[in-house]
Amino acid sequence: MFEAYLAILKRDLILAVRRRSDVFTTLFFFVIVVSLFPLGIGPELKTLRLIAPGVVWVAALLASMLALERLFAVDYADGTLEQMLLAPQPLSVLVLGKVTAHWLITGLPLVLMAPLLGLQYDLSIEALKVLLISLLLGTPALSLIGAIGAALTLGLRGGGVLVSLLVLPLCIPVLIFGAGAVEASVSGLGEVGHLYMLGAIVLLALLLAPLATSAALRVSAE
Amino acid sequence: MLQVVDLECVRGDRRLFSELSFELLPGELLHLYGHNGSGKTTLMRAICGLIQPTAGEVLWNGESSRKLAEDFTQEVIYVGHKNGIKDDLSGIENLRISCALDGCPISEQQAWDALEEIGLRGQEDLPTQVLSQGQKRRVGLSRLLVHKARLWILDEPFTALDKAAVGFLQSVIRRHIDQGGMVILTTHQEVTLTEGQVKRLQLGWKEEGHV
Repeated sequence: MFEAYLAILKRDLILAVRRRSDVFTTLFFFVIVVSLFPLGIGPELKTLRLIAPGVVWVAALLASMLALERLFAVDYADGTLEQMLLAPQPLSVLVLGKVTAHWLITGLPLVLMAPLLGLQYDLSIEALKVLLISLLLGTPALSLIGAIGAALTLGLRGGGVLVSLLVLPLCIPVLIFGAGAVEASVSGLGEVGHLYMLGAIVLLALLLAPLATSAALRVSAE
Repeated sequence: MLQVVDLECVRGDRRLFSELSFELLPGELLHLYGHNGSGKTTLMRAICGLIQPTAGEVLWNGESSRKLAEDFTQEVIYVGHKNGIKDDLSGIENLRISCALDGCPISEQQAWDALEEIGLRGQEDLPTQVLSQGQKRRVGLSRLLVHKARLWILDEPFTALDKAAVGFLQSVIRRHIDQGGMVILTTHQEVTLTEGQVKRLQLGWKEEGHV
């Protein structure tokens, strides 16, 4: 079972290395969106500090939607999804492998880039640290929840828009607690409560999302 | 032993077949035939569990294949219209990954041997996107050489293959049958496998299929 998880994870990472556009599309989108706000709003440091957590988190949320549509669509088109469905392994484990790879490819680079981008908003070191931790906890949840949407819209025309419509509302709690953690840290309230909530959301998503995704895949692939 | 009991499949609002029953014993080959759109692919996908039949069930050694779940899929290998290979990966990588997924990991050497046997010598480590249609098909079919599944479900396995490869695949299928395996097959090509001692199932003439 664990071998199958690793096999899928390794396969998707190799594929990502051979076709790097996915990684860079997501990352550049995130960098550009986050950088546009200071340019558009102007160099008023007080305003920038105020909007920073929200802007970074919304950008991360939208960026993580970009590659979602392709999460299962490529496997569906070339027939490897059928093999996964018929493999003598729990489908949810294979799904988890795919989601892990998806997060490593699209989520992790964005998390690592965030503190650098946060400098444009004059965030303190302490706030940058909280931003990093909140993204580190929150983006896996975005990938996990997004996978459900990607599986549900598999094989539909115009699936991309539909994924966003399905998934974005479900991601609101992650957004609230993620951005909230940074705001709380900046205002001196303490970020721990928000981070605990984020952690709880990730655990819940880790438990339920692979099951929901595999059920959705079975229906979509018929 | 595979038993299909009163199977019914509806696609859209068309009933493709209903009350379809047959059984397949070790060492038997079932040749499905029928005109385009008569439900051959649907039947195969329903047997291996990709499609939920509207009614009826598939039994493996007397137990429902749905209940057996992974114990059943372990015994089945399905080759459909799509080759199930990744364009960016080489033949070796494709074969090894699909074997790892199927729960029977193979060594790199075994993968090289299998691909050489299926006639891809010299192309084993090229990304499959540079291969021809027939060569891709061969990569997809190479799973049959290393897999230990007892039931093979092959949907049009001979398409895109040249004469030599068709001959080779027939010998592989023949060997599997002789070793007590089971094969369900569709093909529009006349091959020696579909003559003589095989079960035949015609779909699409009447409402009911029959052996």
